Amino acid sequence: MVKSKSAYSDPGKKGKLDTHIIVVWVDNEAGVLARVVGLFSGRGYNIESLAVAEVDPKRGISRITIVTTGTPQVIEQIKLQLGKLVPVHKVADFMRGDKKIIFKEMALLKLVGNTSKRNKALKVCKKFNPVVLDKTQKSVVLQITALRREIDTVMGDLKKFGLVSVSRTGAVAMTRGSEIFK
Amino acid sequence: MSKLYTGAEIVFKCMEDQKVEFIFGYPGGAVLPIYDELKNHDSIKHILARHEQGAGHAAEGYARSCGKPGVVLVTSGPGATNVVTALTDAYMDSIPLVCISGQVPTHLIGTDAFQECDTTGITRPCTKHNWLVKDVKDLAKTIHKAFEVATTGRPGPVLVDIPKDIQFQKAKYTNFKKQKKLNGKSNNRFSQKDIDKLIEMMSKAKQPIFYTGGGVINSGPKASEQLRELVSITGFPITSTLQGLGSFPGDDNQFLGMLGMHGTYEANNAMHDCDLMINIGARFDDRITGKIDEFSPKSKKVHIDIDPSSINKNVKVDLPIVGDVSEVISLLIKTIKKHSPNFLKSNKENISKWWEQIGKWRSVNSLNFINSDKTIKPQFAIQRLYELTKNKDTFITTEVGQHQMWAAQHYKFDKPNRWMTSGGLGTMGYGLPAAVGVQIAHPDKLVVDIAGEASVLMTMQEMSTAVQYNLPIKIFILNNEYMGMVRQWQELLHEKNYSESYTAALPDFVKLAEAYGCVGIRAKTPDELDQKIQEMIDVKKPVIFDCLVDKEENCFPMIPSGKPHNQMLLGPNDQKENKITGKGKTLV
Repeated sequence: MVKSKSAYSDPGKKGKLDTHIIVVWVDNEAGVLARVVGLFSGRGYNIESLAVAEVDPKRGISRITIVTTGTPQVIEQIKLQLGKLVPVHKVADFMRGDKKIIFKEMALLKLVGNTSKRNKALKVCKKFNPVVLDKTQKSVVLQITALRREIDTVMGDLKKFGLVSVSRTGAVAMTRGSEIFK
Repeated sequence: MSKLYTGAEIVFKCMEDQKVEFIFGYPGGAVLPIYDELKNHDSIKHILARHEQGAGHAAEGYARSCGKPGVVLVTSGPGATNVVTALTDAYMDSIPLVCISGQVPTHLIGTDAFQECDTTGITRPCTKHNWLVKDVKDLAKTIHKAFEVATTGRPGPVLVDIPKDIQFQKAKYTNFKKQKKLNGKSNNRFSQKDIDKLIEMMSKAKQPIFYTGGGVINSGPKASEQLRELVSITGFPITSTLQGLGSFPGDDNQFLGMLGMHGTYEANNAMHDCDLMINIGARFDDRITGKIDEFSPKSKKVHIDIDPSSINKNVKVDLPIVGDVSEVISLLIKTIKKHSPNFLKSNKENISKWWEQIGKWRSVNSLNFINSDKTIKPQFAIQRLYELTKNKDTFITTEVGQHQMWAAQHYKFDKPNRWMTSGGLGTMGYGLPAAVGVQIAHPDKLVVDIAGEASVLMTMQEMSTAVQYNLPIKIFILNNEYMGMVRQWQELLHEKNYSESYTAALPDFVKLAEAYGCVGIRAKTPDELDQKIQEMIDVKKPVIFDCLVDKEENCFPMIPSGKPHNQMLLGPNDQKENKITGKGKTLV
């Protein structure tokens, strides 16, 4: 055994990592996003994607959706630490793959190439509600909505059809059915 | 139309409504309007520190010793950055502080103006919450909210950043009514069911232990009284963290002493071997648990804490109880008395073997040290200080290092709020300014800062504050010319390579005391120690006591890093018999 020279204990065993989607309802005030994001970076939590916008202008509530990975213990800590922040109203946590939850990400894809290539590209995107937002003789801008890994796949597939630029949002989430998260 | 007040006036109106008596601060350009207003408010006294860090620690000492929030007032830029250490310290040890900082005028924010810094950005991770007030109409509401956040739930520091133009602008002030309802972030989520479950576990336990922490102190003096009752009606042994010392009498037979890295042999072994651990207001800090994977492997664990994020953070527990310590214990005692009035009797047999085992550990006498009649042993110095001050309701602060651990081991506290030490952040230089704050809160009490010569030099300038306000604080320096704890680690872990841990040029502390206008006393031999300590106690002025101690003494017992509780390193008595070489050395 290597002799420890640290005043701190050795790291224990690492647990299994899960991907979770954390939804946080916050007061839309100055610095609130920095508080949430700073909590993640300060405590060494991971952010895979982040989406934030005001959803209730009357009460000034913003909804932040964060995709993160961590052991069950870390996910629990994330929720509890978020809950302690003064401008945070409520925190929801969904497992990725939870059937009761809809997750969506949007991507804008710019393709440059001839008509045949562009049509093939459209075909690739067919499953993901492609919308043509802009079209010229040489190029097209597509909008698709899908899951993160679906967009990853599409991006790979579109490389050969002239994909030159991608812009993606973070994931947003909502429960299915009539229920809402309290 | 109701009267309009300037921002500066509103700051004081709020403080008056919050019953603030003392502000610890340092003036500067961006807070001048507030300082100008000070003269109009007799009920609030300003204590001028010599450095903003000193002001912050003094406010911490004040808050810890009297339970009220400490208030700090600093200017923008360097004023705010200097107070960051104190804010972080208060955050780690859950001390309520309200820090008001000046900021450059709103139209200059973001322009890299003179003495501008992003104060709310810098202090965001070291406060419970902070605010930049951009509209004078929000000022009163914000300051009252700041007091509420600082003092409710798990206490902590907050900061309100007020731009200079806001301090001049005018707004209405409506009188503040303190709301009974605590904010939504404070938690009392436990139920009778949890308590019943706990009692069931307690009645089955054969090797139970209470592990108590600073949460008991933060819950108020009543919590300490209730804890004493709980321990006496259960007959269980109790150990305390560094922060919890004083919540239970240090000389009581049921008290096993402090636990953790420099805790007693009996406390740590009892923690390791127990079958029921009841954590009351402590947080399973790494200095307590040692190696997490081997921490108390056989026990069921109960965790009582007001902060839900403390639960299952480091150690998974079997029964979490989220609530204020005082309320939980009071319901616990009530339920025990009602349903099992004979708990103590019926339980005695259950745990008699456990007490026998604890007795065996105790007989190791792990705090023992080899005394000397030539040089003063630091442990001996603290023992003498304790003996000569124990009948005086003494308040003790410390710096950070060996002296802090020796103080925790050898000074026995029997009341809460008498022990002020930087545990979480471990801030060298905490003790002297903290003593200033304690003495402000308790002008007639004996306040002693047990210090190391390295730590105390970090905030020595605050002696000047003590002299200005006639605060007879006693700075009791265990002077070994080393950063003792650093030296100890280097001796044990880095082949005695004492890299930069020796201070080759120290001031003459007696002359330094005289230069500050206080009294300097030096003790060199064990014979003269008692008489000199008595002299220190009797002087009605601030004293710097230069106690020249053994330079090589190490602090034992000790749990080496990454080791479980049952693999402690004992002191030199033990080491003589089984010399730590080869395999034993790797334990460190």
